[in-house]
Amino acid sequence: MAAYSIVGKSVQKIDALSLATGTSRYTDDFELKHPLHLKLLYSPHAHAGIIALDDSAARRLPGVIDVFHFQNVQPVLHTTAGQGYPEPSPYDTVLFDHKVRFIGDRVAMVAADSEAAAIAALGLIRVDYQLLPSLFDPQKALEPGAPQLHDTSRFAPIGAKYDPQRNLAAEIEIAFGDLTGGEAASDFIIDETYQAHYASHCAIEPHAAQAFFDEMGRLVIISSTQVPFHARRIVAKVCDFPVARIRVIKPRIGGGFGAKQEVLLEPLVALAALKHKRPAKLVLSRREVFQSARTRHPVRTRLRTGVDQSGRITFLEMDSLLNSGAYGTHALTVLSNCGAKVLPLFNKIENLRFLGRSVYTNLPVGGAYRGYGATQGYFALNQQIDIITRRLGVDLIAWIKQNHIREGETSRIFEALGEGKAGVTQNINSCKLDECLDIGAHAIGWYAKRNQRLTDGDKVRGVGLAIAMQGSAIPLIDMASAYIKMNDDGSFNLDIGATDIGTGSDTVLAQIAAEVLSVSLDKIIVLSSDTDQTPFDVGAYASSTTYLSGGAVKKCAEQIRQQILAVAARLLACEADALQLRDGRVVHSASNREVSFAAIAEHTLYAHDQFQIQAGASHVADQSPPPFCAQFAEVEVDRRTGRVRVLKFVSAVDCGQAIHPQLTEGQIEGAVMNGISYALTEEYRFATDGNLLTRSFRDYKIWTTADLPEIQTFIIESHEKTGPFGAKSVAEIGINGPLPAIANAIYDAVGVRLYEAPFTPPRIYHALQRTGVV
Amino acid sequence: MNIELDINGRRRILHCAPDERLLITLRNHGYTEVKNGCLEGECGACLVLLDSRPVNSCQVLTASVAGRQITTVQGLGTLHQPHPLQQAFVDAGAVQCGFCTPGLILAAWALLQENPTPSDDEIKAALDGNLCRCTGYVKIIAAVRLAAQRLQALHHSTNPCRE
Repeated sequence: MAAYSIVGKSVQKIDALSLATGTSRYTDDFELKHPLHLKLLYSPHAHAGIIALDDSAARRLPGVIDVFHFQNVQPVLHTTAGQGYPEPSPYDTVLFDHKVRFIGDRVAMVAADSEAAAIAALGLIRVDYQLLPSLFDPQKALEPGAPQLHDTSRFAPIGAKYDPQRNLAAEIEIAFGDLTGGEAASDFIIDETYQAHYASHCAIEPHAAQAFFDEMGRLVIISSTQVPFHARRIVAKVCDFPVARIRVIKPRIGGGFGAKQEVLLEPLVALAALKHKRPAKLVLSRREVFQSARTRHPVRTRLRTGVDQSGRITFLEMDSLLNSGAYGTHALTVLSNCGAKVLPLFNKIENLRFLGRSVYTNLPVGGAYRGYGATQGYFALNQQIDIITRRLGVDLIAWIKQNHIREGETSRIFEALGEGKAGVTQNINSCKLDECLDIGAHAIGWYAKRNQRLTDGDKVRGVGLAIAMQGSAIPLIDMASAYIKMNDDGSFNLDIGATDIGTGSDTVLAQIAAEVLSVSLDKIIVLSSDTDQTPFDVGAYASSTTYLSGGAVKKCAEQIRQQILAVAARLLACEADALQLRDGRVVHSASNREVSFAAIAEHTLYAHDQFQIQAGASHVADQSPPPFCAQFAEVEVDRRTGRVRVLKFVSAVDCGQAIHPQLTEGQIEGAVMNGISYALTEEYRFATDGNLLTRSFRDYKIWTTADLPEIQTFIIESHEKTGPFGAKSVAEIGINGPLPAIANAIYDAVGVRLYEAPFTPPRIYHALQRTGVV
Repeated sequence: MNIELDINGRRRILHCAPDERLLITLRNHGYTEVKNGCLEGECGACLVLLDSRPVNSCQVLTASVAGRQITTVQGLGTLHQPHPLQQAFVDAGAVQCGFCTPGLILAAWALLQENPTPSDDEIKAALDGNLCRCTGYVKIIAAVRLAAQRLQALHHSTNPCRE
């Protein structure tokens, strides 16, 4: 593997000290002069028409400036999904509607001089609702006579199958091979159904947005967004205000995980600011984030697999029913990824069918969430292969090695399942899943502990395994770009649309530029995500930044490098190809002469024939090389109480070249803890009227240091030839394993198969009782 | 009403409502390093030291702490003069989005002042009230461990006669 000077090194994350000293600013830390404080009124009913809305008492309250609702705000159909354009999500949303579709749906917004006045005014808005029958069970959504959430004015802009009259937010079906023949060739069939559940992202910074006018009267929006350019486009559309007069700035972001890929607040602050020519701010409370922002889509997955005695899967049918909640944001693409990111892993399956349906219900709205459908799909697939190999009596690891996709191979799924259009044919260039399996198995003690049921009183131990792949950006859809210029002293400005939401991508992208330009990291000055100052980037989603934005930065830096070499060649009177960049200088080895970057910059800026050394580059990838991982859980199940303790969790991840190993580990460790806590304690529980009961950190338990098991993370480096310095992605993959690995470990311990998550003590206890274990 | 507080070693008189929470008062007066993550006392992002004891400032009424000492993360160290604990968080890779970091650093500092050589279990117990969704806590524990080692080394090098 090539020796790099800065790639592969865990340099100091460039914003870390600023963050650790509380210097960096997040959206809510910017102080605006006399802003309008915005507060939202939410629906108390799961499904209702608004017959009348009287805001007169609210408007009379001192300090109240305005009340926005369906009677005075233009209904512009759009999606809140911050995706490429046209967004592959149905246009089923307006800012304020005359109908509400879940408890927590928006009814009105108060703008007031103070937060206290805004809150007080919410209670003075009188709304008369006509209650409508509610739909809470996604399995009943498609039945004739089911309550209908959306009317036929709603549409999908990309021509996917969409039928609001049937509550169908998206449908996908693909099939190839001969399913009947595959079924006939099977010796046994495993037919199981798995239910992955709702979850909240729980970024510690709640969603926030502020809007104000700059000195030229342009609208500036500061937002906690993963997608500043998509936010600008959607605000322009919804508020009917030109893109040219909007600037979106992303400051530091307090975590995203997909939650902030939604354009939820930006149109609201824009609306208030535009109407009243005043700054406006809106910050969600934690309860609003839980109930009214976005969630992980619950997915019920039915898997039917035929297997012959040799262990070959003779056919596979996957039926994914995704509960999209009241709106269809990401309903098609998350659904697609339930299959697209999961099924290629076992590419030897010749006879295959995937049926995906996303349906509306009167429950909280799904959206992008780290893992993006793969998490839900792998919950099913990884338990299914555990069941199959136990039935066959073969070692799971050996079976996986015989069946998983390998370097040089492809899967028909890649081209069959795209994101709103046909997918892209891909060959796997890099896959070290075998190494991941071996190293992970050794670390967990797989062969010593599997099937041992080590017992201590009521407590029994078990180990489980899950494997996964993800992707790296969306091929032929996502675009990233970068701009670099050289300064007097040989430093460089790197301007990128790529959106660092806490991942460290500013640092990773600076490393890529520094590596190409052979300078230390302090010579790269990063500015990211300001729609006025930085070039376009789709934003932080789909595990895209290192691979795609990194590709743009590398291209751009290589152009700068060529310009530097050309100037140096003139100054040193030699051919450019005889020169090398070395630590901020250009060196002519043959004659032992050199010229510093500072001298080159000084020459180009001040001497003669002056020009700015500068370049811009864009990058679109025709591949989405998957990272691979194997994740192992060791658990202890208390048969008396049903309580599960995770004793140890091991991840071995092939993400290509880790540009910054410490940040890479951090991505995996964070995803793993999120995944473990999703598997065991995080749960959306609803009252019978559809009201969310778990809407504070008190009731929705995410794990803390006190819960931390032993976490071991291995980075298994490979070289992805299409990625910058061999890199793939790492942001999402680590969240896919914990749910199935823990389920498989629980089975290994006590012989109970958990088809429904989370694995709470009551659920396990009842399952133990049903199977007669206790 | 006006309340007198000692914030990061400086005497300040802050205006606040009688029922205002300390978090809001601090943020209204520019102490935006104190973060608002839930306003329910559950996430620890707003943690400050009150006379060197860690408290969630969203659960403290400003009027009830008149005259007392408040330390925010900027009172510990600044960008130009970081505290070794802040530097340890940076070096250990414990800072991702950074929103939980000020609260975590102060919770860790409260621990290290009482117990300069904590075990991992003691670190975990002390930081239990601070939620972090980015890191999985692994590098946060490592950062506190690293800070404890560095502070001990510093202590011994500046006080060679001790022990």
